[in-house]
Amino acid sequence: MLYQSPHTAAEAVDLLKKSKGSVHVLAGGSDLLVRMKGGFIEPDLIVDIKRIPATQQIKASKSGFIIGAAVSCAELAQNKALVKAWPGVVEAANLIGSDQIQSRCTMAGNLCNASPAADSVPALIAANAEAVIQGPKGKRVIPVAKVVTGPGKTSLKKGEFIEALKLPSGSAKSGDAYLRFIPRTEMDIAVVSAAVNLSIDAKKVVTDARVALGAVAPTALLVPAGAKALIGSKLEEEALEKLGAACAKACNPIDDKRGTIDFRVKVAKVLATRAAKAAYARAGGK
Amino acid sequence: MNKEVKIPKMDFKSVGTRPIRPDGVDKVTGRARYGADLDLPGQLVGRVLRSPHAHASIKKIDTSKAEALPGVKAIVTSKDLPDAPAKAAGLEATLENCMARKKVFYDGHAVAAVAAIDAKTAKQALKLIDVEYKILKHVTDVDEAADPKAPVLHKDCLTRGVKPKPVKASNIARVSEFGHGNVKKGFKAADIVLERNFRTEQAHQGYIEPHACVASMSPDGSGELWVCTQGHFVFRQQCAQLLGLDESKLRVTSSEIGGGFGGKTHLWLEPVALALSRKANLPVKLVMTREEVFRASGPTSAASIDIKMGVTRDGTITAGEATLRYSSGPWVGSWAMLGAMTSFACYDLENVKTVGKEILVNRPKTTAYRAPSAPMAAFAVESMIDELAAQIGMDPVDLRLKNVAREGTRASYGPVYGPIGIEPSLEAAKIHPHMSAPLKENQGRGMACGFWFNFGGQACTDLNINADGSVSLTVGTIDVGGARASLSLVVAEELGIEYEKVKTVIGDSATLGYNEMTDGSRGTFASSMSAIMSARKAIDVMKQRAADTWDVPVSEVEWVDGHAVAKGRKKSNRPPLSIADIASVAEKNGGPIAGHTEMVADGAGVSFATHICDVEVDPETGQTRVVRYTVIQDAGKAVHPTYVEGQFQGGAAQGIGWALNEEYVYGDDGRLQNAGFLDYRIPVCSDLPMIDTQILEIPNPNHPYGIRGVGETSIVPPLAAIGNAVSNAFGVRMTHVPMSPPRILDALEKAELETA
Amino acid sequence: MSMLISSTINGDTVDFICEPDETLMDALRNRVGLKGVKEGCGTGDCGACSVHLDGKLVCSCLVLGAEAEGRTVETVEGMSDGAKLHPLQTKFIEHAALQCGICTPGFLMAAQTLLENNPDPTETEIRYALAGNLCRCTGYDKIVRAVQDAAAVMRKKSK
Ligand SMILES: Cc1cc2nc3c(=O)[nH]c(=O)nc-3n(C[C@H](O)[C@H](O)[C@H](O)COP(=O)(O)OP(=O)(O)OC[C@H]3O[C@@H](n4cnc5c(N)ncnc54)[C@H](O)[C@@H]3O)c2cc1C
Ligand code: FES
Ligand code: FES
Repeated sequence: MLYQSPHTAAEAVDLLKKSKGSVHVLAGGSDLLVRMKGGFIEPDLIVDIKRIPATQQIKASKSGFIIGAAVSCAELAQNKALVKAWPGVVEAANLIGSDQIQSRCTMAGNLCNASPAADSVPALIAANAEAVIQGPKGKRVIPVAKVVTGPGKTSLKKGEFIEALKLPSGSAKSGDAYLRFIPRTEMDIAVVSAAVNLSIDAKKVVTDARVALGAVAPTALLVPAGAKALIGSKLEEEALEKLGAACAKACNPIDDKRGTIDFRVKVAKVLATRAAKAAYARAGGK
Repeated sequence: MNKEVKIPKMDFKSVGTRPIRPDGVDKVTGRARYGADLDLPGQLVGRVLRSPHAHASIKKIDTSKAEALPGVKAIVTSKDLPDAPAKAAGLEATLENCMARKKVFYDGHAVAAVAAIDAKTAKQALKLIDVEYKILKHVTDVDEAADPKAPVLHKDCLTRGVKPKPVKASNIARVSEFGHGNVKKGFKAADIVLERNFRTEQAHQGYIEPHACVASMSPDGSGELWVCTQGHFVFRQQCAQLLGLDESKLRVTSSEIGGGFGGKTHLWLEPVALALSRKANLPVKLVMTREEVFRASGPTSAASIDIKMGVTRDGTITAGEATLRYSSGPWVGSWAMLGAMTSFACYDLENVKTVGKEILVNRPKTTAYRAPSAPMAAFAVESMIDELAAQIGMDPVDLRLKNVAREGTRASYGPVYGPIGIEPSLEAAKIHPHMSAPLKENQGRGMACGFWFNFGGQACTDLNINADGSVSLTVGTIDVGGARASLSLVVAEELGIEYEKVKTVIGDSATLGYNEMTDGSRGTFASSMSAIMSARKAIDVMKQRAADTWDVPVSEVEWVDGHAVAKGRKKSNRPPLSIADIASVAEKNGGPIAGHTEMVADGAGVSFATHICDVEVDPETGQTRVVRYTVIQDAGKAVHPTYVEGQFQGGAAQGIGWALNEEYVYGDDGRLQNAGFLDYRIPVCSDLPMIDTQILEIPNPNHPYGIRGVGETSIVPPLAAIGNAVSNAFGVRMTHVPMSPPRILDALEKAELETA
Repeated sequence: MSMLISSTINGDTVDFICEPDETLMDALRNRVGLKGVKEGCGTGDCGACSVHLDGKLVCSCLVLGAEAEGRTVETVEGMSDGAKLHPLQTKFIEHAALQCGICTPGFLMAAQTLLENNPDPTETEIRYALAGNLCRCTGYDKIVRAVQDAAAVMRKKSK
C-alpha cells in the first residue's frame, strides 16, 4: 500500500485517477481508519488531502461560506461569522464524536462516508449546502443532497474528491437547528435526527423552510411536506402537528442494534418539532 | 475460623488514612507496564482465527497455504492442544473455549491461531486458513434455549442437580435449589401476592485493557508467561495442566492489570500463546482486539427470572419464591447458583425458595462480573418489594426494615448471619439528606439493597525486614485498584511504623506459594490477614533479637510503636530498639529477618449496601439520566477509605450502565452486532453525576482488623434502584434491563393507554 | 513499502520507520517505544491512546504514522517537567483518580488540553470534555475532582 499527501488539487486528482485497486481519500480519518482496522477495506493507495491549502481554509464572502474539505469540525466552532450564520450546521458538526474526534473529523468526510446517520448531513441539506468537487474534468458544484446515493455510496466519480463545501450567507431573519437522539449524552451514533432551516417575515410568519431527517432511511431525507407544513405558519400547534405527521410519513427506517422502527418514527416527530422551535427562535420568531 | 482472631482491633494509626499509592507515579507517567507493554527479543505476533458462525461443526481445517506464507512461524489448532491433559484436570470446557474442537459454539469461538514475524503477515496468514463448516441451528436467547424444542448444544448434557436424572439431553445444564420453610403456606398467609417475570440482558465487564499476554516456551519444557490476569497462580496451574508441564517449570508474572471485574479470572488465549511459542520456539505476544474482547471473552449472563412474593397488610413478607434462569454460554459454570443464593439474602423470611438454572446458549462463555448473578436477582426482588410496598401503602424503606436480616437470622441460602450491615445501611438511607431532597419535573427517586458473600481462601505472603529498617512485602494477589497501598497500611499498622517505610509488590508465581485470584472481593481481606500474620512473625523474631541483645527472656520484651521495649525490672532503663537498630545488626544476630505466612483466610464477612438514586426521564423520547446517586455500604474496616469509595463508585457506575444502556445485541444469524464501545454503550463521563458514598464500618469479627471485602456489592442494587426510580416518576414498572429509551418509551405509552 | 517519518516527539526530533497503513498509536508504541500510549479499542472510542498532534488532542489510533511527518507529537511521557510532575499528574494520584490506571494517560492528555483552553471549567464542561475517554473503574467522580483541583492549582500558579 501507498500513502501520498499531495500539495495541490491537481496532483490529488492525478493520483486518484491513475491509481488502480482500492483508492481512498483521507481527511480526518475517523471513518477510514476504523474501517481499515475492522478489515472492511484494504487500501492500495491513500491520498491525504490535508496538505492542499484550499482544503484547509474557511472563506467568507457576501455570497456565503466556502469551507475547505479538511477543516476539522472543531475549527468550525471557532469561526464566529459561521456560527452566527449557521448555528445548526455547526452544532451538528460539533456533535460528531469526542473532542479527540473533533480535532480531526470533517463535514466532507462525514458526507462522503455516506452513513445514513451522519450528523452534519441533514443540517447541510436543510441549509441548502453545495459540494465543490475537483476531478479529471475540472471543478463542478452539486447540491449536498445529491452527493450520497445510498449507504456507503456517493455520486463521486473515479478521480474526484470534494475540495470544499459551500453554504449560502445566512440572513438575520433566518435560523437553523439540528437535533439528534442518542441514548448516552456523547459518543453515540444518531438513532434518529432532524434539521430545520427556516426564514420568517416581519410578522414572524415562516416564509421559507427546509426540513431534513437523518437515520430514518438509506440516506438523509429532505422532507418537503414538512417544510410546507411550516410555511405560512407561526409554528402554531397545528403546524407543528402537521410537521410531525409529515416527518413520520417520510420515515422509512430499519430495526437495528441502535433502535427500532417504531422508536425512530416516534422520535423523528419529536425532534423535528423541537428543531423547528429552536430554528424559529433563532430566526427571531420568539 | 481463624483461631488467632478474637476481637478486631479498633484503634488505628495508619489504617483508615489516605496516603498515596506506591504505583501512582508509574501510572501517571506512562511507565506502568500492562499486558501488551512487554517486548521480548525475537518476539512474534500472534493472531487468532475466529468462527463467524454461532453454531457449526468443523469439517476440515486446512492450514497449508498459511504455513507456506513467508514469515509465518507457527500455526496451532486443536491438534496442538490435545484433550487428554485437559480431561485429566477437568478443564475440558476451558480448553474447548480456548480452541474449538469438533464444533464451534459461538460467533467468535477460536478455531486456529498463527504466530508470524509481524502483524501484517499474521493477518494475511489468517485469511489463508481454510475452515470448512457445517452450519447448525443455533439459539442465543436464554428462555428459548430452555425450551425443549431448542437446538441442543451438547448431546450429552443431562441436567445436573435434578432427581431423577433426566434421560434426554437439553440446554438446562444444572439446577440448584435453596430455601427453607413452606412457600405455599407463606403465600396463603399473605394479603397480597404478586408474580412477575424480569429479564436482564447480557452485559460485559468492559475493562479498558484487552486481554494480552507474552508467552515464551523453551524446548526444555520450561516457560514464562507475562499476562494481565486477576490470578497468576491459577493461570499457571491451569496453563501447566493444559500444556502438560510441571507447574514449577512455568513462571507466570502478572502485569499491571487494566481492569478485570471478573473477566480476567479465566483463561482465554494464554494456552494458545504458549502453544504457539512452543511450536515456533520463539516468544509470542498475543493481544485481543476490542472486537475479540466483546465477541470472545466472558460477559456476564443474560437472565430471566420468575418471581412471586407475598405480604400481609402490616408489612410482613410471608414468602418469596424465584426461579432464575441464567445463560452461561456453551458450557456449565456456577453462576446461576449464586443468583439463587443471593436473591433474598437481605431479608429474614420464614418461607423462601429459589431455584437457579444454568442455560446453555450459543454465546461466549460467561464468567464472573462483579458479584456474579446477584444484580439480576436483586433487580427482581427489590423491584417486587417496592411494588408490594406501594400496594400496602407502606414506605419502601420501612417495608425493608420490617423484614430485614439481622445478626442471628438464618439466611435464605443456609448459614446464620453474624453481625451484618443491612439494617444500619437502611437506617442510614432513611435519614440521608438525599432521601428528602426535592425532585424536579420528570424526575423520580428509587432505592434498593444488595448483598454479596465475599470470599477468603488461600493466601501466601512474604515480609522482609531490610537492614535500613524499611519493609518489603510480597503478596500473590493481584492489585486491581490500590490494594498495594492498603496492604502497606496494614503492615505499617501492625509493625507500628510509617506507611512510607513499607513497600508492597506482587510476586511472580515462582516467588510465593499458591494464592487464589483477586475475585470475590477477597484481595484485601485475605492478603491483609496473611500480611498481618507475617508482620506478627517478624515482630516475634525482632523481639527475640532484642531479648538476645539485652540478655533477657523474650517475655520481657514488648513491641510498642515500631520498637522493641524492655519491660522487665532488669533492663527497663535500656533505650528501645527500632526496627533499623535490630535489622542493621542482623548479620551478627542470626541473619535476615522475615515473616512468612501461608494460610486459608476463612471468615470473609458478608457485605450489604443500600443505594439511592434520582433519575430524570424525557417522556417524549424515553431518554433517562441519573441525576443524583448515593451509595451506602458496609466495609467492615475501610483500610484506605479513598479506595473503598472508588470501589463503591465504580460498581455503581457499572450498574447504572447496565441498567440503562448496556446489552449484547445478536442478529438472527446468531452474530454479535455491537462488538465495540461505540454501540456497546458503557457510561461516559457526561452521563453520570458525582456518586456520593457513605462508608459504614461494622467490623468483621473474623478478621484481626475487622476488614470485609468491598469490591462487588456496589454493582448489585443499581438495576433495581433505577427501575424503582423510573417507577416512582411515572408509575410504570420496568421489568426489562437495560431500560433503554425504546423500552421506557414503550412502557410509558402502554401506561398512557391503560389510564386513557 | 515502509516509510521513514521524521517528527518532533516530546520535544525531540525522532525518526521512525513505519508501514503506510500503520497507525500513529502502533508507531509510537512499537517503533518509538512510548508504551504510555495505550490501546483500549483501536477505533477512536475509548481515548486511551490520546496524544497531542500539533497541539491538538487526537486519538493516535485514528491517525496514520505517516501523517506525523514534520509534525509535533506529545505523549504522557512528555508531560512532566523532568522529575517534576504536572499538577494534573499529582492530583490524579492524590485524588485516587485512577484505579487500574490504563485509562489514565489518555485522561491526562485530554484534561491538559481542556485546561489550556479553559482554565476554570465547570463540572459539566469537564464531563463533556472528557467524554471521549472511557474509564470503567472509577465512575469518573474522582477524575472530575482531580481535574477541578488541578485547575485550581494551575490558576494560582499562573497568577
Ligand atoms: C469515536 C467516533 C465517534 C463518532 N461519532 C460520530 C457522530 O457522533 N456522528 C457522526 O456523524 N459521525 C461520527 N463518527 C464518524 C466520523 O467521525 C464522521 O463521519 C466524520 O465526520 C468523518 O470525517 P473524517 O474527515 O474523519 O473522514 P475520513 O475518515 O477521512 O473519510 C471518511 C470517508 O470519506 C471519504 N472522504 C473524506 N474526505 C473526502 C473528500 N474531501 N472527498 C471525497 N471523499 C472523501 C474517505 O475516503 C472515507 O471513505 C464517529 C467516529 C468515531 C471514530
Ligand atoms: S485506542 Fe484509540 S481511542 Fe481507544
Ligand atoms: S482506572 Fe481503570 S479504566 Fe480508568
